[in-house]
Amino acid sequence: MGRKILTEHINVPGIQGYEVYRQHGGYRSVEKALKMTPNDIVEEVKKSGLRGRGGAGFPTGMKWSFIDKKSGRPRHLVCNADESEPGTFKDRYMMEKIPHLLVEGMITSSIALEANLSYIYIRGEYMWVYRILERAINEAYAKGWLGKNIQGSGYDLDLYVTCGAGAYICGEETALIESLEGKRGNPRIKPPFPAVVGLYGNPTVVNNVETIMDIPWIVMNGGDEFAKIGIGKSTGTKLISASGHIRKPGVYEIDLSISVEEFVMSDEYLGGMYSDRPLKACVPGGSSVPILPAELLFKTAKGEQRMMTYESMSDGGFATGSMIGSGGFIIYDDTTCVVRNTWNFSRFYHHESCGQCSPCREGTGWMEKILYRLEHGYGSQEDIDLLWDIQRKIEGNTICPLGDAAAWPVAAAIRHFRHEFEYHVRYPEKIKDRKHFEYEPWEKVKHLMGTKEAVAV
Amino acid sequence: MPKVTIDGVSIEVEAGTTILNAARQIGGDLVPPAMCYYSKLKGSGGKCRVCLVEISKGSEANPNPMPKLQASCCTPIADGMEVKNMTSQKVQDMRKGVVEFLLINHPLDCPICDQAGECDLQNLGFDYGAQTTRYQEGRRTFDRIDIGDKIQLHMNRCILCYRCTYVADQLTPHRDHGVLNRGDASEISTYISHAIDNDFSGNMIDVCPVGALTDKTFRFKSRVWFLKPYRAHRQCSHEKCNGQVDVWMFGNEIYRVTARKDDYHEVESFICNECRFDHKNNADWTIEGPRKLEKWSVINQGKYMKRTAEVNIDTEKALLLGRNEDRKRLSMVAPEEAKKK
Amino acid sequence: MALAEVKPEQVVFSEKLMKRIEELKSHFPDGKKKSALITVLHEVQDEHQDWLSVPVMDKVAEVLGIKPIEVYEVVTFYSMYNQKPVGKYVFEFCRTSCCATRGVEDLMEYTCQKLGVGMNEVTPDGMFQVKGVECLGACGYAPMLQLGDFYHEFLTKEKMDALIEDCRAGKVEKLSKV
Ligand SMILES: Cc1cc2nc3c(=O)[nH]c(=O)nc-3n(C[C@H](O)[C@H](O)[C@H](O)COP(=O)(O)O)c2cc1C
Ligand code: SF4
Ligand code: SF4
Ligand code: FES
Ligand code: FES
Repeated sequence: MGRKILTEHINVPGIQGYEVYRQHGGYRSVEKALKMTPNDIVEEVKKSGLRGRGGAGFPTGMKWSFIDKKSGRPRHLVCNADESEPGTFKDRYMMEKIPHLLVEGMITSSIALEANLSYIYIRGEYMWVYRILERAINEAYAKGWLGKNIQGSGYDLDLYVTCGAGAYICGEETALIESLEGKRGNPRIKPPFPAVVGLYGNPTVVNNVETIMDIPWIVMNGGDEFAKIGIGKSTGTKLISASGHIRKPGVYEIDLSISVEEFVMSDEYLGGMYSDRPLKACVPGGSSVPILPAELLFKTAKGEQRMMTYESMSDGGFATGSMIGSGGFIIYDDTTCVVRNTWNFSRFYHHESCGQCSPCREGTGWMEKILYRLEHGYGSQEDIDLLWDIQRKIEGNTICPLGDAAAWPVAAAIRHFRHEFEYHVRYPEKIKDRKHFEYEPWEKVKHLMGTKEAVAV
Repeated sequence: MPKVTIDGVSIEVEAGTTILNAARQIGGDLVPPAMCYYSKLKGSGGKCRVCLVEISKGSEANPNPMPKLQASCCTPIADGMEVKNMTSQKVQDMRKGVVEFLLINHPLDCPICDQAGECDLQNLGFDYGAQTTRYQEGRRTFDRIDIGDKIQLHMNRCILCYRCTYVADQLTPHRDHGVLNRGDASEISTYISHAIDNDFSGNMIDVCPVGALTDKTFRFKSRVWFLKPYRAHRQCSHEKCNGQVDVWMFGNEIYRVTARKDDYHEVESFICNECRFDHKNNADWTIEGPRKLEKWSVINQGKYMKRTAEVNIDTEKALLLGRNEDRKRLSMVAPEEAKKK
Repeated sequence: MALAEVKPEQVVFSEKLMKRIEELKSHFPDGKKKSALITVLHEVQDEHQDWLSVPVMDKVAEVLGIKPIEVYEVVTFYSMYNQKPVGKYVFEFCRTSCCATRGVEDLMEYTCQKLGVGMNEVTPDGMFQVKGVECLGACGYAPMLQLGDFYHEFLTKEKMDALIEDCRAGKVEKLSKV
């Protein structure tokens, strides 16, 4: 049984409301932080080794220390609650169940950053969660945790929640800032980075919900204590939202030290495969990260046990590894068609591209169209190579990482499942029904393709 | 001053200069192309990705190469930086890719496009385009719309460089058009049919790198390569316009008026709509002489450059000589000769 | 719909809405009131039969002191704003990977058949519309759909039948309370 830093009180009845939350130790980190110097708090966070939980895994303490405090311009903290990465639903779970933890984290973090105006930006589809947060913030104002002269400390902080309206790209931090300013969610050209020129041109830090929620515990218990959990540079606990063909989908808080096998198979966590079919593949960190075939999931290419840590998950690079990303853990069994699934992801990125830069605007649509053709039996061998070439030309050449995020799943699918693409090309009549692998999983038809299982790229 | 080396050529430039502008200061073939950056429009650049270059050495202080290609139009130089453009296979390869992306949804209707001959996309396609297309799907299409009585928007050809929106933001009192929708459905539009009507709107035509925004007072009148551009000026009463233009003539008729453009196809200064649209009469302008053209420009067909040696003084006689040559070349008969016959 | 012909000066925002807009504006610094736009548009859409006509958008521009094009640009960027009238109950099924693996495509087909419409079509009585949208952050509770502000999760055909019945009976709440 792992440590519960974030979810310890999650099932306490009434924890959504202020009173119960306070009785369970709520807002104590604010009291403590107000007595510390901002730099001490930043130091604790640095010591904790906490890495951003939004996807990129950038060390939070370091990010905080980049914020420009010298210019004297107002500073802002913005919480990224846009959570739209397919497979990811941990932030919503936390905000819905224990909204005050986010409010508390926002206050404590704002103290560290010496920000006096902070925002929570939540995706528009979570409208009811928006209302929950709004209520929590109002309660915090009423109890003197927000507003002027917080708890008599002389420190002022205003915190508001604001929302998006259906655009995955607004999760990218500069697009989020644009959207928060009431504009289209077009990512900005970097540099300058938000730490120097962010919201309203002021120095700004953008952090994920989970990252912010970790801060109260770190302030209360010290960074060293947090760093004791986990392995190496993967410290603390992490929320994983699990979905797909597993017995127990949902949000789990895990120590960053358990093995993938334990996580998937044990009853404490995912409880193994839904309807007991064989595992085929896993997307371990949200739709953007490379898909891993079953044989590379529990063991790395070197034959070592794969762990739920940043390092182990990416062991082998993109050739044989993946990423822990946002913690959106999707399991697929043998009824899944990888081609169809890749087309599905491509459709998502095509739909969500902001359209500013040419490789992503044109490339995502092109890839989707080719994948549509392949999936529906109208593809050719050349199409597979063409797809490979297109993703290669998008990756790394765009303004923001959405281009990479669109390219990686396609690359990984071709890398590990080229045989399925070829099956679609060679047996178009067999794949006409979208459930073809439910009737005849790959294992049953692979003899049609000769003995060679995979063609390396 | 910090020193930067581009394709082996070094130059010292002001701190904060972008790689692209440093390259332009050197000049020649090593200058990366730019489809969206426009030095006179604040905030432009970064979008089209054709100007990406390889940074093989970050700076003297941090000599590591940058893992990704960088947009030269918005990456400032650092002292000791080494940049590869034409000498980098990676860059050339990537640029071919970007040009392909820009062309997959382009109508390729150059034969009937007014921009043909002075189109940056056409030039880029010439340098980096492939012979065949790998794109089999349908191309995206939009209806042509008039935005005001002088400007036509042909959205199919737009490459979404955003330059026209910056013109509207930075030069005109208010912007009435913008980028609507998102992803590959993005389009330039006013949303509701709405005339863009202000003194400087015509500059959107000049900054548009392709034939998406064209001058309706000139549309289909002639191909640009049949016209000769002359430097000309007039006394303009508009406070923000200096009346210095290029007039594009066929015979002694002025077919269109544009701002003067530099080697990188950027205007030297923006001009007002009155100069652009309302003065097509010779008497309105003082002609200074023919404009210099780049060697490779299609407007330069027919050895125009050679002949400029004879025509570079602005005497009526020399001008007329040039025009008669034009007529002969196009097998059209000059008025005097027609009379003789 | 008649609303399309309404002139901007005829558009009325209720007193409650105007109060809410003022409150939202107060969350942002002076000179940055445009920041309220996206939230304001949600509230306005909720009050105007779930869609945003040109006069309504123009009125929003006026209330926030910005140019209409700035509103159009935003409305056309974000997928939650409707530029055309929609059905009273719009079933927005998530069709992204995790929901697709758990059978959302069957469910969408079933719902369309049951209602006798194709995707995105409104039923003749104006009551229902079926749409496919992208991941809504409920992947572990798949298949699911969004109806108004709320999520309906772990759907089955039986649950769909019941939901449609409840909508017909006017028992389904679409808006979360402030
Ligand atoms: C296309 C795209 C979408 C993103 N979506 C999210 C998101 O929904 N939530 C999130 O927290 N971070 C998201 N990110 C990551 C953010 O840009 C940013 O790295 C993060 O909010 C930083 O917070 P952290 O350091 O706490 O992780 C996204 C990034 C990209 C490129
Ligand atoms: S990569 Fe895609 S989403 Fe990102 S800025 Fe470019 S077009 Fe927009
Ligand atoms: S119309 Fe022309 S200037 Fe405007 S965005 Fe399109 S290509 Fe650029
Ligand atoms: S000119 Fe640099 S990205 Fe377009
Ligand atoms: S995939 Fe359907 S909610 Fe995420």
